[in-house]
Amino acid sequence: MDYQPPPFFSRGPAPLVRLGFFVCLAVLLMVLDARFRYAESLRQVIALLAYPLQRVALAPGEMFGAAAAFFTTQVSLKQENEQLKAKQLQAANELLTVQALRSENAQLRRLLEARERLPRESTLAEILYQGRDPFSRKVIVDKGRQQGIQPGQAVIDDLGVIGQVTRVYPLLSEVTLITDKEQRTPVQVVRNGLRAIVYGGGDRGTLELSYMATNADVLADDVLVTSGIDGTYPPGLPVAKVSRIEQDAAYSFAKITCVPTAGTEQNRQVLVLSREMNLPTPPVETESAAGKPPKPKRSRGRE
Amino acid sequence: MSFYEQPQRILLPAKVGYMALTLVLALLFNLLPWRDVTGLPDMVALVLTFWCVHQPRKMGIGIAWFVGLVMDAGDSALLGQHAFAYAFLAFAAVSLHRRILWFSPWRQAAHVLVLLLLSQALMLAVRLVAGGVFPGLAYFAGTLIAAALWPTVSFLLLLPQRRPESVDENRPI
Repeated sequence: MDYQPPPFFSRGPAPLVRLGFFVCLAVLLMVLDARFRYAESLRQVIALLAYPLQRVALAPGEMFGAAAAFFTTQVSLKQENEQLKAKQLQAANELLTVQALRSENAQLRRLLEARERLPRESTLAEILYQGRDPFSRKVIVDKGRQQGIQPGQAVIDDLGVIGQVTRVYPLLSEVTLITDKEQRTPVQVVRNGLRAIVYGGGDRGTLELSYMATNADVLADDVLVTSGIDGTYPPGLPVAKVSRIEQDAAYSFAKITCVPTAGTEQNRQVLVLSREMNLPTPPVETESAAGKPPKPKRSRGRE
Repeated sequence: MSFYEQPQRILLPAKVGYMALTLVLALLFNLLPWRDVTGLPDMVALVLTFWCVHQPRKMGIGIAWFVGLVMDAGDSALLGQHAFAYAFLAFAAVSLHRRILWFSPWRQAAHVLVLLLLSQALMLAVRLVAGGVFPGLAYFAGTLIAAALWPTVSFLLLLPQRRPESVDENRPI
């Protein structure tokens, strides 16, 4: 007969077994998150747990900022005021031209019976902090689903495109910067209208214009703006400036490095643009000949 | 007198609430809005290692795993990345706890450095498999600093257990 020793020192499963269990669970989560994006709801719940901690962690910085603002001297305020006045005069001049151009443009568009582009709704948001993750370029802003933010919206600052909203929590949302390695932005060269796609350069804070033929008409200091053909970014927003072009005969594509126009790393206030609602629906791919309306598969069995 | 000949003090039992509080404080430290500061020590990993070495019955792989999940969500990293690394770290610390405590604080720090480096290398491997780019050797600088902080952190975290159990008013010291 077997005699089991009494469980004086019962400690649960052996550490190795526990390690195996939790490692399996972690690997499962990682696969679900990276490959299938199924773990979003779990992430939302845990993020809600971490939210009070994040708010508390932000408090010292905010208090420091408030104190610093309080002690800003009157001299610097005066100087800034004068500078701003001078700037405003310059800007007013340009604004007049812009208004004239805009009315002319609207008239021309009406003449061409082009669909007038509606001004988009936008939400002002503040960058709370940069993600600690050294592998990606993401920032967290202080507006979330309750303020009507949706994933996929474009985020800009006063100089140009910063990035795109990729995850939305109830009170916060995560913005992937255009410099992130996984981020692509459709652009157009201002000088000649050439369309291209800009890839994030990872941790170097630069962008890359990929898959451009070595003889493509791109020069240094060319300005890249959003092309707007994706319906996410409004057309014409500045994205980057070409800084360096390496043409190597060994490769079929040129290596074009760009510097982002917007202050992707400096600014605190950003604008989240809402998506354009009156987009035409994308064409439905059907196997039937063109002209026939696409039928739902179920009805075919009854006929 | 070397470390091994010093009298070892009998410590008070650790309180679970205090352990939880230190973990929350470490989480707070990690979630502070650091902007592009390289060489930040991962305080959560350090405190987890400390409690796994000193209280392996109360702290373990499961708690480390859960704290890792919170770090992942707060950091907007790959979900499960910190959980994976912290579970491994806790396992290594629990299995080595009898050995580590025999050494002087700086030699303990050498052990801890190896554990932290291993867990960080695991995280790096996970991210490289998931398609990330190598962030440079500065990625490991934080771990060196964390290991250097070990003697201080372990002294501070042990303070509440060093209190005398009953305060004697007439005692000279």
